Amino acid sequence: MPIAPADTLNYMLGGYAVIFGVMAVYLVSFVVRWRNLREDEQTLEEVEAEEKAKK
Amino acid sequence: MKAIPRSLLMVDIAAFVLVLIASVMVFTYAPIEAVMGLVQKIFYFHVATAWLGMLSYLVALGAAVIYLVKKNPYWDLVEVSAIEIGLVFLLITVVTGAIWARPSWNTWWTWDPRLTTVTIMELVYAAYMMLRSGIEDPERRARFGAVYAIVGFLSVPLTFLSIRFFRTIHPVVIGSGDPNATGSFSMTPDMGITFAISLIAFTVLFISLLWHRIRIGQMAERVESLKLRLMQ
Repeated sequence: MPIAPADTLNYMLGGYAVIFGVMAVYLVSFVVRWRNLREDEQTLEEVEAEEKAKK
Repeated sequence: MKAIPRSLLMVDIAAFVLVLIASVMVFTYAPIEAVMGLVQKIFYFHVATAWLGMLSYLVALGAAVIYLVKKNPYWDLVEVSAIEIGLVFLLITVVTGAIWARPSWNTWWTWDPRLTTVTIMELVYAAYMMLRSGIEDPERRARFGAVYAIVGFLSVPLTFLSIRFFRTIHPVVIGSGDPNATGSFSMTPDMGITFAISLIAFTVLFISLLWHRIRIGQMAERVESLKLRLMQ
């Protein structure tokens, strides 16, 4: 009589939750870093323009 | 610099579509392994993330060598970007390996040669990040980082070959016909195709992530130079 495979559904779901979870967090970190740098860049460019206008 | 280049967008779409196809194949096309059951499906992305991680470190090695030859800061950026990506994806490999090990080996963790060497490799590259953050001078940081990335790469072949050099319970996937391999792993053709697609998907994903991470690094450099200009 053939033996049924072990019931390991929860482990598979846990594994894929880790895979897609960590990848999602990493991708979000890219978006956040990029957005923060864009904001910094815009602020600094504005300050630079103001400095030039004063001179 | 600000808008995403068309070619990068194409790579992003290709990476997304390929990872989606690989995911669908894992859950619908690849057969359920006869003994381990559904948990074996972790294998496809577990190995693909390990491949991506080791590929990252290989790219970092190449970038480090080029940096030391050319002294161009761009290659330092490629190196640190690749190592960051490698750290993230090898963390996924280690955690998914532990999840797979629990029902297969009846333990979350064992100090098996493969598990030990992959942990050492991860710690070696985590230390690289710490080393960089401790050096203020960019030129010195890049030089030390490049030398470290070259020396640290020794941990990659050591990890890859550990299952061939030592007695281990970890299965050999690539070259499993090797008589020296103590573990074994047989794939059906369906499993092989799904595995190949997963490897291709994660390779394209690596290109996409590396490109984006380099752009973030370039933007950070631009912000730094703007700050310096304003301070003068």
